Amino acid sequence: MIIEGRAVVIPGADVDTDVMYPGQFLNIDDPEEMKPYLFEGFDPSLRDQLGDDAILVTGPNFGIGSSREHVPQEMKAWGVGAVVGPSFARIFRRNCVNLGLLVIESQEAADVARPGCRIRIDTDTGEIEVDGTLCSAAPVAPLVQEVQAAGGLVPHARSRVRP
Amino acid sequence: MPHTLAEKILLAHCEADDVEPGDVVMVRCDVVMANDVSGPVAFRQLEKMGVSEVFDPAKVVMVADHFMPAKDARSAELQRRLKEWSRAKGVTFYDQGRGGIEHTLLCEEGWIVPGAVVAGGDSHTCTYGALGAFGTGLGSTDIAYCLAFGEFWQAVPSTIRVEFTGEKRGFVTGKDLILAVLAEIGCGGGTNAALEFVGDGADALSIDERLAVANMAVEAGAETGLFPADEKATAYLEGRTDRQWAPETSDPDAAFLQELRIDLAGLEPLVAMPHLPGNVVPLAEAAGTKVDQAYIGNCSNGTMTDLRQAAEVLRGHRVHPDCRLIVVPATQRIYREAMAEGLLDVFVEAGAIVSTPTCGACFGGGNGVLGAGERAVTTTNRNFKGRMGSPEAEVCLANAYVAAAAAVAGELVDPAGVLA
Repeated sequence: MIIEGRAVVIPGADVDTDVMYPGQFLNIDDPEEMKPYLFEGFDPSLRDQLGDDAILVTGPNFGIGSSREHVPQEMKAWGVGAVVGPSFARIFRRNCVNLGLLVIESQEAADVARPGCRIRIDTDTGEIEVDGTLCSAAPVAPLVQEVQAAGGLVPHARSRVRP
Repeated sequence: MPHTLAEKILLAHCEADDVEPGDVVMVRCDVVMANDVSGPVAFRQLEKMGVSEVFDPAKVVMVADHFMPAKDARSAELQRRLKEWSRAKGVTFYDQGRGGIEHTLLCEEGWIVPGAVVAGGDSHTCTYGALGAFGTGLGSTDIAYCLAFGEFWQAVPSTIRVEFTGEKRGFVTGKDLILAVLAEIGCGGGTNAALEFVGDGADALSIDERLAVANMAVEAGAETGLFPADEKATAYLEGRTDRQWAPETSDPDAAFLQELRIDLAGLEPLVAMPHLPGNVVPLAEAAGTKVDQAYIGNCSNGTMTDLRQAAEVLRGHRVHPDCRLIVVPATQRIYREAMAEGLLDVFVEAGAIVSTPTCGACFGGGNGVLGAGERAVTTTNRNFKGRMGSPEAEVCLANAYVAAAAAVAGELVDPAGVLA
């Protein structure tokens, strides 16, 4: 599958999940209702830049802290097609995989991407192009690829329940 | 092939014949835990998976601790759902007044034994490394999968070996040890790795202090933070559990990603300044920083050890008129023990409020959050922007002696000066 979109750059290192979805809103468990609070403690105006063609480009060690999957869940709800960055915090990365939100570790792509530039990802080959420049990405383990290919853990589990 | 402790635990919980760092394997869980925030989100996912029964009700435990007691109708609803779901599935549920903060509680209640794999819907599940268990924090969809099948995918981590040597000085606690590690490797230094704490300085730590150290392994980005089980772990587990376990350590010739050595004799109390747990400075450097609130409690430092340290400083003193102090014993059991020891009276007499066990203000959930322009010193584990309330507030992380002394002085000071 090809995912193509426009880069929305989230600047800075060590951006934590608390600022991206503050604790006071964790009393909401319906993903539909969480949507207005994404990036609320960080930069609410980022929401205006989202939409169906948005691909987030992050700084290093993105998504540190809490295991709250409200963050990738709501990135998806806002139409984000993929998250690209030099490195990710462990739980954030696995939450993306589990929710079927493509997450790509690529220092090169993060280095060259500028706000608004075009990003093209071939999910089969793992190739990523930023404004036509081919960038290398970290390899993904087969088991993780399998979950990603299934569209996340929910469809993966469904096929396990009813093969 | 020689193995690290983390590798050995994962190898014993997966189908692979051998593992090495980077391998991604399905890992079987001995315990699956979630709370009033992560649980209800997981139940929705479980339903979407088309699964109606949990893999093994005896291995599942739910704890209402985050918005406890309920801060509003919505959080009350989450707790109601947690309770009803737990009853329907026949799993253990710790309700308000019957448990406390999940990580301290599960250790206390004998759920955790060395060598176990614990999947927790909370990032601080790494706390169980204090007892030599591979506790690791997962999101709600992972937890749903664990509830359904009793396993999760996991990349085998490399290991960063942290050797604590020598004897710690006065007013230095487990909190300072892990802050020293964070000062060394930063908030991303443990990514894709497990921390392993060894050395005579690690051996000398009480279980309470090991909880404080292991708890913040995730703040370094680590998968977990392990103390190999020893006679202290054995003594702690005595009478708490009838689960089987055997002590295990890394092989002497195991390969480590990195080896750190921290000399405790040279370590002084530390403070993580806003807004990152790795932003660590010596207390002396932060001295004079005004605080509007001190907060002693949470899953890293709400133990009897912490409360005794705080009481030692507060006895015979009053909280500064410009400062508020909140003390949160981590569990009901600790609450009662502190009451029996007279510690709660020391706190109240000093002008503190003593809260029921709760995650509460630590994650901005309620029960003492901060307003704009306010600064707190806390024994909690995160000082991200807005973590405890207003994005314009600041949080400094420190040990219980330092937090209590700051409450008395209204600013960060050397606890020795308050006690003098």
